Amino acid sequence: MKQIRNFSIIAHIDHGKSTLADRMIQATGLVETRDFRDQLLDTMDIERERGITIKSQAITLPYVDGEGREYALNLIDTPGHVDFSYEVSRALASCEGVLLLVDAAQGVEAQTMANLFAAMEHDLEIIPVINKIDLISADIERTKEQIELDLGLDSDLAILCSAKEGTGIDHVLEAVVDLIPPPAGSEEDPLKALIFDAHYDPFRGTIVSCRIFSGRVHPGDTIRLMHNNARYRVEEVGVFRLEREPRKVLSAGEVGYIISGIKTVSDTRIGDTITLEKNPAPAPLPGFKEVKPVVFASIYPVASDEYRSLVEALEKYKLNDAALIFQKDSSAALGLGFRCGFLGLLHLEIVQERLEREFDQSLIMTSPTVQYRFELTNGDEVTIDNPVYYPDPATISKAFEPYIRASIMIPERYMGAVMELCLERRGTHSQFSYPSTGRIEIQFDMPLAEVIYDFYDKLKTVTQGYGSFDYDLLDYRESDLVKLDILLNGEKVDALCQIVFKEGARARALNACNRLKEEIPRHMFKIAIQGAIGGTIIARSTVNAFRKDVTAKCYGGDITRKRKLLEKQKKGKKRMKMVGSVTVPQSAFIAILRSDDK
Amino acid sequence: MDGWFDGLKREVLYHKDLFGRFDSLYLGGGTPTFLSEKMLEKVMASLLDHFHLMPDAEITIEANPCDITRHKADALKALGFNRINLGVQSFNDNILKVLGRRHSAVDAENAVGHLRSAGFKNIGLDLIYGLKTQSMKEWIATLRSALSFQPEHLSCYQLTLEKGTVFDRRSHKNDMITLPEKTAAAHFLATSSFLENKGYIHYEVSNFARNERLESRHNRKYWNHTPYLGLGPSAHSFDGKKRWWNVRSVKKYRAALEKGRSPIEGWETLTTEQRHLESLALGFRTRKGVGPESLDAASEKALAMFQKQGLLKIINGSAVPTRRGYLLADHLPLCFST
Repeated sequence: MKQIRNFSIIAHIDHGKSTLADRMIQATGLVETRDFRDQLLDTMDIERERGITIKSQAITLPYVDGEGREYALNLIDTPGHVDFSYEVSRALASCEGVLLLVDAAQGVEAQTMANLFAAMEHDLEIIPVINKIDLISADIERTKEQIELDLGLDSDLAILCSAKEGTGIDHVLEAVVDLIPPPAGSEEDPLKALIFDAHYDPFRGTIVSCRIFSGRVHPGDTIRLMHNNARYRVEEVGVFRLEREPRKVLSAGEVGYIISGIKTVSDTRIGDTITLEKNPAPAPLPGFKEVKPVVFASIYPVASDEYRSLVEALEKYKLNDAALIFQKDSSAALGLGFRCGFLGLLHLEIVQERLEREFDQSLIMTSPTVQYRFELTNGDEVTIDNPVYYPDPATISKAFEPYIRASIMIPERYMGAVMELCLERRGTHSQFSYPSTGRIEIQFDMPLAEVIYDFYDKLKTVTQGYGSFDYDLLDYRESDLVKLDILLNGEKVDALCQIVFKEGARARALNACNRLKEEIPRHMFKIAIQGAIGGTIIARSTVNAFRKDVTAKCYGGDITRKRKLLEKQKKGKKRMKMVGSVTVPQSAFIAILRSDDK
Repeated sequence: MDGWFDGLKREVLYHKDLFGRFDSLYLGGGTPTFLSEKMLEKVMASLLDHFHLMPDAEITIEANPCDITRHKADALKALGFNRINLGVQSFNDNILKVLGRRHSAVDAENAVGHLRSAGFKNIGLDLIYGLKTQSMKEWIATLRSALSFQPEHLSCYQLTLEKGTVFDRRSHKNDMITLPEKTAAAHFLATSSFLENKGYIHYEVSNFARNERLESRHNRKYWNHTPYLGLGPSAHSFDGKKRWWNVRSVKKYRAALEKGRSPIEGWETLTTEQRHLESLALGFRTRKGVGPESLDAASEKALAMFQKQGLLKIINGSAVPTRRGYLLADHLPLCFST
């Protein structure tokens, strides 16, 4: 029987994970060089463009070692972003080892650390791989030193490669076979299969990606999802090659898929355990967690008659993204729409972008917010993910907001700037460590709301791109919060209100007013933009009326040009929303969360 | 220069039998008075040989003050021109210098004198205003100088900078040359009211006529979708549905025609929506306004609002811009078309 190795590649963004995966696929001959397109595993346009992996994917690579022994190497590709850390943890739980990829020029980054800890938590064999050794800026010795000191791994084991050039790939494959232990688990025990991802296929329904820990599953078996106790009859099992490849059975140790008439991916839960209806496992595999959204925002169609089409788009989108939650919502300013919950800001952006691109929706997304908790004077406790429902301030006895522990890794010279940024963002309980010379890791407890408020961009700016960032959710902590209203020509615009930290409210209000001033085009009348808390105006800006909009000459040759300009303006106007008498562009609703100095 | 004429002669042949009688002819685009009398004669001859003009046709030539001697004025009259558009720009030498003009105020005054002496009864003066260095007082002085010649027509172009013009290249910041918007608007309104008080009709954003008959018959065609034929490099034509335009470069223009090819560079056929949008865009620039056929039920709200704001008046079912409405003529169409 073939031997099996289950492994994943973990890396900081841009360290070459997808390229290495591609080279391994090529090296094992699964795909002819001429059929090759870059980043095979990132199948979505958005993944290719952004260079990120959103969904977990698996592929089974055939491998024959020097002595002619055959292996099935199951590579499980994991999402590379903190928003999807639970998905990553389930993918890692399906492996016995990981390749920890480090860019020879960039060195160890915050996400490398986070990934390492995740792999350690699952007690995986960790093989350090130093990539991009072909770069002129590559510093292999320094990277080795970091692997030794920052990560505490044996740098002598580190494999040198250049995924781009294709050098060192054989060593990587050999290491996978030699160092990663084969899977344990008996085929004779009751079935335990861990769901690490699910994809929607319009013809087959949900394709569940899973790792079999024990037992066997065949077509025709009745399976049970242990979390929700739903039963399904298995139609097909198989392994992932470039396409799905049906098999007669999936057995302990293997990674593959199950198709069983599950309608949508939301009917499955990542991390759930599949067992057999007859002879069920006594207990599910550990580590299951119901993922909860942490960032919330509303989406509305730009044109109110496109609401139906948005409903359909969301329902279709949801087939393939169990993490997105949404419910009907309505706004006085924007009409009917949906309140949505996301795993993080990246998830939010992906949802927005895919709805616009793949489902051709023209959307307005309001500025994202976190979930707040309030203790009321009557003893009730309310949780709010939409600032519109901020309770009457007179009834609030205590307010709470979610905190994270932020880990930031930077070259030492940026420490002052990063400290300043974190303190400004209400960071507390700072801790430092100097994993290696010249580098520093800073940890802060910080409100999640501050991360949403343009933190990534700010961090990038103050560290000139050298800062890397990762976070874990901590808990809810008491806070002093107020609701900031935005008024356009004296009318409150519900879709623009925010819950903010009281002490920084004035600055936030001023920033929002200034951003809106930049976003809202001039009208034929003056527009007053005001920020208010309760009845008190705390910030103001004005969009002046335009007094003249006419060209002097309009003769034979000017008419076409003039009309084309008008057509362009009309098109732009379609992307705007009338709020009272003011035309507000789509981008304004999210712009209020952009901080000023660009 | 001759290359251009060779091309023109060929282009004329292209279109010669396709049209009925023309009631206007406009020789312009640059300053054709720069051409020698002999050349102008040839141009007119080639046109009149193949196209038919009505007896009372409006025949205009664009003239540069430098080019107008008494002799030239007589020659133009003899060639059949009955309307002159004189590029005076200003009666202030400092302003003329800023504008980079070759002529002086005195040249302009002399030119008008020669044209009057030659018997021209329909003279239009082109003026430019709205420069940052030009005070309202100075501008009114130029207008007064212009009025002293009792011109039948005045075009007052407020300097607006479009990309790629000389002014745009000279400074990156437009506002170094043009007035701030608020002042520009005030100057525009003052110009209109000054000239209307003197008896002129403000019949288009930049155009004034001493009476209705003296409004430019030719230019009005551009504004109400009347067909027109344009000849020469970069000329635009319109047949009621389709618009087309010639290549810009004289060299390419000539080369195409020499090889027996059309010098047309591009064309478009107006869709119903495009035509509607143009009717709005052009209509709000003129005293005729936008006719009821272009105002649907959905326009009611915008109409009422703009009437209330004093930007439009309803006259015989047409939406007619007020003086302040002219100032926003490029914006109004956006509020009317869906």
